[in-house]
Amino acid sequence: MTSFDWSAVSDFMPEFWDGVLITLQVLVLGSLISFTLGLVWAIAFRAPTRFVRWPVNVFTEFIRTTPLLVQLFFFYFVLPEWGIQFSALTTGTVAIGLHYSTYTAQVYRAGIEAVPKGQWEAATALSLPPHRTWMAVILPQAFRRVMPALGNYVIAMLKDTPILLAIGVLEMLNQARQFGGQSFQYTEPLTVVGVAFILIAYPASLLVRALERRLVR
Amino acid sequence: MSADTPAGTTAGATSDALIRFDNVTKRFGDNTVLDDLCFSVRPGKHVTLIGPSGSGKTTILRLLMTLESPDEGTITVNGNRLFPADEKERREARKKIGMVFQQFNLFPNMTVLRNLTEAPVRVLGLSKDEAEVRAKELLELVGLADRCDARPTQLSGGQQQRVAIARALAMRPQVLLLDEVTSALDPELVAGVLDLLRDIARTTDITMLCVTHEMNFARDISDDVLMFDAGKVIESGPPEKIFSDPEHERTREFLGAVL
Repeated sequence: MTSFDWSAVSDFMPEFWDGVLITLQVLVLGSLISFTLGLVWAIAFRAPTRFVRWPVNVFTEFIRTTPLLVQLFFFYFVLPEWGIQFSALTTGTVAIGLHYSTYTAQVYRAGIEAVPKGQWEAATALSLPPHRTWMAVILPQAFRRVMPALGNYVIAMLKDTPILLAIGVLEMLNQARQFGGQSFQYTEPLTVVGVAFILIAYPASLLVRALERRLVR
Repeated sequence: MSADTPAGTTAGATSDALIRFDNVTKRFGDNTVLDDLCFSVRPGKHVTLIGPSGSGKTTILRLLMTLESPDEGTITVNGNRLFPADEKERREARKKIGMVFQQFNLFPNMTVLRNLTEAPVRVLGLSKDEAEVRAKELLELVGLADRCDARPTQLSGGQQQRVAIARALAMRPQVLLLDEVTSALDPELVAGVLDLLRDIARTTDITMLCVTHEMNFARDISDDVLMFDAGKVIESGPPEKIFSDPEHERTREFLGAVL
């Protein structure tokens, strides 16, 4: 009864791989969305006019301080009433990416603020236009500082993917739960999924660190 | 207001002034850093600003570089308005001005060469090749031709400051602002940077505005010295006059303390 049934592991494999694909898809796309949007927010925080700064601040604070689950429900059940409808997977990926973008925005903000004021002044003294100041001077210096913190959010995001069950997305943990429900064997699929989380999270953190080293040079 | 009208600077209106401050006031909170300041600098002149710290010298350079905005008054460079002006006009006026900072402020994410080519390519519209040829000439001039591919952090403070001078010159400025450029350097590195600036002062027609505590350097390169106190020019004149026979009591006190 308590012994580990390896045949249940192999029975679980087909569903497991389906789940892994979904998890990775949500993780990769969610990360890209959160990295990109977060940067947009962080630059908007420094916009010359408060008519940009103020709404962006309110919006990101709102997203950051309300539960991801609420946002998930909102996107999945409320937006269709206004005629905006996507698959559960797309909705979930966008919701996670948006939610985490409000965290990465804070990371970028700190990284940008850590670039010495003299760098902005030197850019002004050379008459560099704003987009060159950002692209060539400020962001390359900010990126190095934020890479480790961004990596931590990738891992946090990975651990949040099971929340997509709420809108019926079967990523790997929910596949395990479903498998358990049908076969009454929970230990094996849950163990497999636990190990899989580690196997994804650890290389992800290594990847981020390698990227960091390459950017520092 | 300046006390008299020496060779390079004048208190009143002149048509041939390159830099003009008219009734410029700058406050930081309750602190009035520049108080209804008027002065002008003619093309090609080297002007040194001296005075106790907090007297507004550096603020003048920062206003010219548009790193600060005045609360009142007009600033023009070569007939172009810097303040008040719209962003386009200001950008045009600013292109003629280069600045060297106390802390160098080189871009650490770029090589030395790219520090010198980035703005000429992006702002002046030079081709990459043109900009690199010019950058290498300038690095030759500052004695760092062999460090093109180095990162700024691999250089000594004195070398970094010489690169920063070359970077400012790469924009072919009419005006070079020098903000205490040797204050952050180890003592043994100061002479090299000052010698370079003496060379540039002697061999080019670039107008220089210089804030420094190096009085010997000020005496060597200046056509005029402006003595600041509490946001006003209290005395101005050629260095021989100011350093040996100052008229104002505050100037005498200040020079007594620093010389």
